Amino acid sequence: MAGFDKRVSSYEEAMEGIESGMTVIAGGFGLCGIPENLIAEIKRRGVSDLTVVSNNCGVDGFGLGVLLEDRQISKILASYVGENALFEKQMLNDEIEVVLTPQGTLAEKMRAGGAGIPAFYTATGYGTPIGEGKEVRVFNDRHYILEEAIIGDFAIVKGWKADRYGNVMYRHTAQNFNPMAATAGKITVVEVEEIVEPGELEPSQIHTPGIYVDRIIQGTFEKRIEKRTVRS
Amino acid sequence: MALTREQMAQRVARELQDGFYVNLGIGIPTLVANYIPDGIDVMLQSENGLLGMGRYPTEDELDPDMINAGKETVTARPGAAIFSSAESFAMIRGGHVDLTVLGAFEVDQQGNIASWMIPGKLIKGMGGAMDLVAGADNIICTMTHASKHGESKLLEKCELPLTGAGCINRVLTDLAYLEIKDGAFILKERAPGVSVEEIIEKTAGKLIVPDHVPEMTFDA
Repeated sequence: MAGFDKRVSSYEEAMEGIESGMTVIAGGFGLCGIPENLIAEIKRRGVSDLTVVSNNCGVDGFGLGVLLEDRQISKILASYVGENALFEKQMLNDEIEVVLTPQGTLAEKMRAGGAGIPAFYTATGYGTPIGEGKEVRVFNDRHYILEEAIIGDFAIVKGWKADRYGNVMYRHTAQNFNPMAATAGKITVVEVEEIVEPGELEPSQIHTPGIYVDRIIQGTFEKRIEKRTVRS
Repeated sequence: MALTREQMAQRVARELQDGFYVNLGIGIPTLVANYIPDGIDVMLQSENGLLGMGRYPTEDELDPDMINAGKETVTARPGAAIFSSAESFAMIRGGHVDLTVLGAFEVDQQGNIASWMIPGKLIKGMGGAMDLVAGADNIICTMTHASKHGESKLLEKCELPLTGAGCINRVLTDLAYLEIKDGAFILKERAPGVSVEEIIEKTAGKLIVPDHVPEMTFDA
């Protein structure tokens, strides 16, 4: 009996059920805290026509950037998509649809999706191209636009430690979008650096409670640094 | 003389107050962190989820899980907190950040700002800028006063697509420090050696010039 044991034994099993045309929500900010092995598994499977929801789209040859190589992404919601030559080429050739979304709105769309809130009002984007065509309401003399929540067929998440039950902790700023992404997947898959026994993680220090998590796998990570800045 | 980037950062830093939580954008705003006045403690917010950004790491401290919103490797200072993107933007949207400093292509006399998109050029995205300008009451915009061709960037009405509407109340350019109030720019200070006439000439929007416009001073 598996009970609450969310562990799977291979990346193939971790991404079982992903199909072309699905929506995938991914955690990560730049290359920090990205589910790099789950992304690699999506590439290996060759599924296409994906809608990807992620703050960024990786770099050439790493992170979500690898899914551009075989044109697996047809649409992306992101707040910033620089740093990626192949992405720029596909965007300019209209091979990929880009829905630029303010970073806080993107985080809130995921959070709302996971929390059963279908839409929310925000001042962000009012009076800008982002607000065009969206419902506007005035509260306390300020204008707000209506933004809709997002739910993914899959959410792919990178954690630091988890227990077998799928309770997850993140490390430093590798947290970023991961906790929201974890709540917003119909199937949420988390890859972590270490899986421990239930009881080993302090309950009050859990970032993502296991109720949100469907599958968990331990992996090894390259953790590539995008901008290496050091002081002497 | 027009202000250097370093002088612009120095001037903005004088607006910092003890106990401020501050978000600094990329470019000149980032340099402000180098000029925090002595005896003042400020906490830098980085919108990827860090309150209390510290210095760049040493080689020994370098950690791929520790970056700022510019994706640079950083450290956390003592007393820092780390949290999710939703928490980070709750701080920003909820108006909890005391001061936001960010760059712009254009601002106008109604406090509108355009900073993320030039039609016909490659558009990389707004990142957190739209959330920051919508959420903060206290924003300083840093920018050059005019383009290389002498065209004003302080306009009656922004021509580029907006980042936010009616949200900017202070602007520091390489020529002047101005406030925006009641549909006009108010000239508060001028860069050393820059004449009021030059600022008038390079400001396309409505400009109110008080009788006395002090010159900024900088330590050598």
